[in-house]
Amino acid sequence: MRWRSMLLAAITLTLLSIFLVIWMLTWNWSVHYLPYYLPCPEALRKDVLTLTPWLAPIVSEGTFNSELLNNAYRPLNLTIGVTAFAVGKYTRFVRRFLESAEEFFMQGFQVNYYIFTDDPEAIPHVPLRPGRNLSVIPIQGFSHWEEISMRRMESINKFIASRGHREVDYLYCLDIDMVFWNPWGAETLGDLVAAIHPGYFTVPRWQFPYERRPLSTAFVADGEGDFYYGGAVFGGRVERVYEFTGGCHMAILADKANGIMAAWQEESHLNRRFISHKPSKVLSPEYLWDDRKPQPPSLKLIRFSTLDKDSMNLKN
Amino acid sequence: MNSKTKDCLSKTYRDWLWVILVLAAFLGGYSTYFILEHHSSSPEPATQSVQHHEKPKIELQTASQRRIDVPLLTPWLAPIVWDGTFDEDILNEQFQGRNITIGVTIFAIKKYVIFLKLFLETAEKHFMVGYKVNYYVFTDRPNDVPKIPLQEGRKIITLVVQNYSRWQDISMHRMEMISNYCHQLFFKDVDYLVCLDVDMKFNDHVGVEMLSDLVGTLHPGFYGASRETFTYERRPKSQAYIPRGKGDYYYMGGFFGGKVQQVYKLTKACHEAMLIDKSNRIEAVWHDESHLNKYLFLHKPTKVLPPEYMWDKQLLGWPAFLRKMRMLAVPKNHAKIRNK
Repeated sequence: MRWRSMLLAAITLTLLSIFLVIWMLTWNWSVHYLPYYLPCPEALRKDVLTLTPWLAPIVSEGTFNSELLNNAYRPLNLTIGVTAFAVGKYTRFVRRFLESAEEFFMQGFQVNYYIFTDDPEAIPHVPLRPGRNLSVIPIQGFSHWEEISMRRMESINKFIASRGHREVDYLYCLDIDMVFWNPWGAETLGDLVAAIHPGYFTVPRWQFPYERRPLSTAFVADGEGDFYYGGAVFGGRVERVYEFTGGCHMAILADKANGIMAAWQEESHLNRRFISHKPSKVLSPEYLWDDRKPQPPSLKLIRFSTLDKDSMNLKN
Repeated sequence: MNSKTKDCLSKTYRDWLWVILVLAAFLGGYSTYFILEHHSSSPEPATQSVQHHEKPKIELQTASQRRIDVPLLTPWLAPIVWDGTFDEDILNEQFQGRNITIGVTIFAIKKYVIFLKLFLETAEKHFMVGYKVNYYVFTDRPNDVPKIPLQEGRKIITLVVQNYSRWQDISMHRMEMISNYCHQLFFKDVDYLVCLDVDMKFNDHVGVEMLSDLVGTLHPGFYGASRETFTYERRPKSQAYIPRGKGDYYYMGGFFGGKVQQVYKLTKACHEAMLIDKSNRIEAVWHDESHLNKYLFLHKPTKVLPPEYMWDKQLLGWPAFLRKMRMLAVPKNHAKIRNK
């Protein structure tokens, strides 16, 4: 009898839905709690990862209070260093980089910019605020952009040994073809700091462009790795940056001796090293963005991003 | 209806009934499993971490946050070390190569010596297992310090100190004693110091995840409470004064720590503040704890431990956000124990 079977089915479904509703309510209750007191309740980002499994904070808008951080760090009278390489045609990016840094980078701190270039004459004079200085560091230019890129580790390492360790407390190593759009402050200070590459933060680990040839010292095996970090931003305490760049440079030399160059040059080596020497702080893609990408809703703010340019034209 | 249609119909009806029953059974089973799993971290001693991992998969996307029911970071980006937010294996890898020694200070003055046995025995099971540990027992009764079998690389150092007649004085003088011994012992013997109350027992893993430059622990009695109810010292005359509307958290006086240099600065500052208060004839409402809170308000800790690290089951029960009870208060009769 049709009506009977339908009635039975209807009753069962009703019971089931009641059961489901009760279950969902109970499930919610088991994780419900009274909100814990925080000075800025909005600082609770649930939509993004805010802590790595080794307890390094992942810095994004809404996770920190700038005022608290400035009050903690400004009295320490720190000097923050910035290295950037403007070789060949890349000198054209210096002005915008410096002007935007003057507006947004480490406001209220002493800052030393170190521009490494093969053409010191081409570095424009950009007015700087008090307490901020520019040094032009002459280096050798190379014909291949890959070579220029990879030599950065060595140059930074040598610079720290000769001057950097005396002049700065923290050092950031940034790409020059970028612009600051929003504040970059004391929230980024840490012992060893890496930034997540904007192209790979929604991509599963097996797709990260690690160096996959075992012959290279930058080799990362399947299943290894945490995040894919960008070579355009890294930093930390000057001693830690010295060790880090030294380690990367040695690995690059070993590869050279074996006649191999890693898939993404020093970025591959940086990623290899950050697996065994995990950063104490990780910057979200707000701190290293690619303007060619559409801004996802989880990215509240873009602080530092590439200048859209014809990269093929520039690299030789 | 002819019999053929009837058979067809009852067969379909039976199939559907089976589908619904299987679904119901699955949902029932899953929800039971879910509830059981949530309460699986029991308060009984757990010697192994509940997580047995393969390499953790970390993707920076939504819904990959391991805990969404609690705050994971302070506004100055210090991690709050909740269970489920860290990977013990990765952290042990980071710390093992550094050959560190962790110092623990505990004060067993007068009758408090009775707490030593349980404290030390449970510490051997749960505290910094696999690392070098020096237990510094400050006592006025060195003969009452129990002999406990210790794991390799761990030792008990008994430091004989004076007692005070008031328990408040005993509590407050801990700061002085710790800062004094920093120069004599701690700077050269240990890398990290953890300063604990002795009337506690370890109940679950306490490891290197808690180590950092300067560490404070959230007082279990104030978790979920609003700032106005925090029992900070409110009299401006005291060095421990924190005005209304200020302050981040209420920290526990019985569990703080960090690198020796940082603990030295903290204990020295608190001791000096208490001396100034004494000369002004004022005693902070919660003694050394008030001064600790003032210090950590001005010098933010680099890591904050959640109430998992110091809990009182008798007083506070077992709320949902507490997945582990790592250290528990040992029930005691306050009147009998103090001032004797």
